[in-house]
Amino acid sequence: MLYIVITYLWASILLYLLLGGADFGAGIIELFTSQKNKQVTRKTLYSAIGPIWEANHMWLIIAIVILFVGFPVIYATMSVNMHIPLTVMLIGIIARGTAFTFRHYDAVVDDMQHLYNSIFAVSSFTTPLFLGIIAGSAVSGHIDPSAATFVDAYIFSWLHWFSITVGLFTVSICGFLASVYLIGETQNEQERLRFAHKAQFFNIAAVVCGALVFAAAWFEHIPLFDWVFGNWVGRIAILSATASLIWMWTLLYQGKTGLLRPLAGFQVTMILLTTTYKHFPNIIILKGGGYLSLTEHAGQEKTIGALAWALLLGSILILPALFYLIYSFQKKPIGYGSEAH
Amino acid sequence: MNDFIAARSQMALSLGFHIIFSCIGMVMPFFMAVAHFYYLKTGQAVYKNVTKAWSKGVAIFFATGAVSGTVLSFELGLLWPEFMKHAGPIFGMPFSLEGTAFFIEAIALGFFLYGWDRFNPWFHWFTGVVVGVSGLASGILVVAANAWMNSPAGFEYLNGQYLNIDPIAAMFNEAWFSQALHMTIAAFAATGFAVAGVHALMILRGSHVLFHTKSFTIAAVFGCVAALVQPLSGDISAKDVAIRQPAKLAAMEAHFHTEKSASLIVGGIPNEEKKQVDYAIKLPGFLSFLAHGDFTAEVTGLDRIPEENHPPVAITHYAFQIMVGMGMAMMLIAVLYFTALWKKRKWLQEPWLLKLFALATPLGFIAVEAGWTVTEVGRQPWIIYNIMRTADAVTPMPGIAYSFYLFTAIYASLAVFVVFMLYRQIKMVGRLYDHN
Repeated sequence: MLYIVITYLWASILLYLLLGGADFGAGIIELFTSQKNKQVTRKTLYSAIGPIWEANHMWLIIAIVILFVGFPVIYATMSVNMHIPLTVMLIGIIARGTAFTFRHYDAVVDDMQHLYNSIFAVSSFTTPLFLGIIAGSAVSGHIDPSAATFVDAYIFSWLHWFSITVGLFTVSICGFLASVYLIGETQNEQERLRFAHKAQFFNIAAVVCGALVFAAAWFEHIPLFDWVFGNWVGRIAILSATASLIWMWTLLYQGKTGLLRPLAGFQVTMILLTTTYKHFPNIIILKGGGYLSLTEHAGQEKTIGALAWALLLGSILILPALFYLIYSFQKKPIGYGSEAH
Repeated sequence: MNDFIAARSQMALSLGFHIIFSCIGMVMPFFMAVAHFYYLKTGQAVYKNVTKAWSKGVAIFFATGAVSGTVLSFELGLLWPEFMKHAGPIFGMPFSLEGTAFFIEAIALGFFLYGWDRFNPWFHWFTGVVVGVSGLASGILVVAANAWMNSPAGFEYLNGQYLNIDPIAAMFNEAWFSQALHMTIAAFAATGFAVAGVHALMILRGSHVLFHTKSFTIAAVFGCVAALVQPLSGDISAKDVAIRQPAKLAAMEAHFHTEKSASLIVGGIPNEEKKQVDYAIKLPGFLSFLAHGDFTAEVTGLDRIPEENHPPVAITHYAFQIMVGMGMAMMLIAVLYFTALWKKRKWLQEPWLLKLFALATPLGFIAVEAGWTVTEVGRQPWIIYNIMRTADAVTPMPGIAYSFYLFTAIYASLAVFVVFMLYRQIKMVGRLYDHN
């Protein structure tokens, strides 16, 4: 039962990274788009994610509920030591969710749109940045439950080079996912090329940020290199991700778009796999080598059992409906200019 | 402001904000479904326009409710880590089911908002109903978790240890039924009156009268039915609280001294030092009757409860008086409205009834906030009744006051935005939804 719950936790983090990530990325692309192309980008974005917009962000809620029900000590530790970045992330979630809705449902279209757009774009950047910072901090060994001063306990637990580079890496992955996703939504060659350029830009950004993550890890004595390359799972995952990346770019230059999304999704899945595999089941690595583990710090048996059943039951209800939603709007997109009314 | 008070204020603010959006988010879809049903049955364009106009409101409220709900799922840990460390595994069951209900609501909303002219009309209508039903289910499940804090169940508490956890028993705690019933009816009454009030105002102004009359009628009927049955559920709640949480009942009524044939105290200013209520109206025996169904029964007063376990009396008492007062006012309006519908059709043409509804716009939500205050403040000083004190659950992080100021600023500006957005929706009714 415990492993069912852990699988759901991992899967919801992955799905949030892929779907929520592409969603964040769409906003990040807006931030990096020239003024004259912004309107087209926005429309492509809206026709692509409008109907599934709310659903993409449910994965975070599922993950957090699994954590606080099944692994309360881990949830409580994160809540205390990551209080500040979690708060910043929450503000990003509030700002982004409401700005996205307001800009489409404001009955009057006027200068307010500029405000909604800038809030949406900026929070699309800060939210995944801080999600990455939190994820990086969890395994960085900087969290010190017995810290004596405020800065040690609540600031340096998350403010260090490793977590910041992981945050930037997360942002570039989101931008990459969104660009690849949007290529499939475009209506003409010119737009396709524009998003292909974006994908290229974020791909390079991800490689650079990835290198920075390794440099920061080396600098801060975090054995990231060993986690990723020190075992066969990591090596195979990285190798296949790289191979699929090359394949993806070949397809893109040949103008074939069918397989792009699954390939980009596969690459990100492999990245999450390598970064979580080696130190599993330890989800938080504390200062001084202590850790919080998904197996040792799980709730009592009956709780885990009930949680697993709730998740299984939930998937039976959710997944078919979600697939039908995505299928319906893929088959016949809502199109440009169409509004949700 | 000390950190403990700041943490409590931030939690109260976040819940007080979220409760409005979740009430509207779970009730409006039903109004929408009724209007949509009339459209599909009669083909009258006005019903389609009402449905579409309301669906935009639902989208705005759902999005705001979804983000404020996401914030809450983190705030529980950010502000009360010690509570969540122990309570999470016990009362988590309704939260894990609520996740599913909320997810389905989001999916159904995607179908509904974007599904016009795309699916079979009745399938499209059905997805709107699913939005409402799953929203309602979310609400009822979240209340189960709160009820558990009032009526802890599903574990044994021995020497500070929480043993033999049974999440199912925790979910089906004793307070769940009465609390969920009261909250659900309150959501219908509050939303019904708020929506009806806004449309009543527009009819009075003479703009798009047909559109606003259809909208008004649907919302008013929902709101008035709920306002009429709410006292019954209130009675169930009162009797339940009298047995389970005598301290809360005593605080609600500012009932300082245990006595038989206890008087019901209406209004007044509780004086906690002298243990009396000044300037109150007293109805002898009625408190005994309301709490135990017998005019002579004994009602436990605050004197039987150790001082350190007293909830704040004044706040709880005032909040309770406000809730009951608003409830009575809405009930009265409901009686007038149904009299108009069945016996005095000409009242419907007269402006005074509409004016009454327009004035009553905020009453339901004031009652909701007041009732929420009664249940939360009345539970103090406990976060888990008789098990864990709120003061022992708070985060060790200093400086929570700044976090409180920050969230106050955020929620205040969000509230301004939402009101602004609704104002613009209503202003644009003519251009967007009513071309005739």
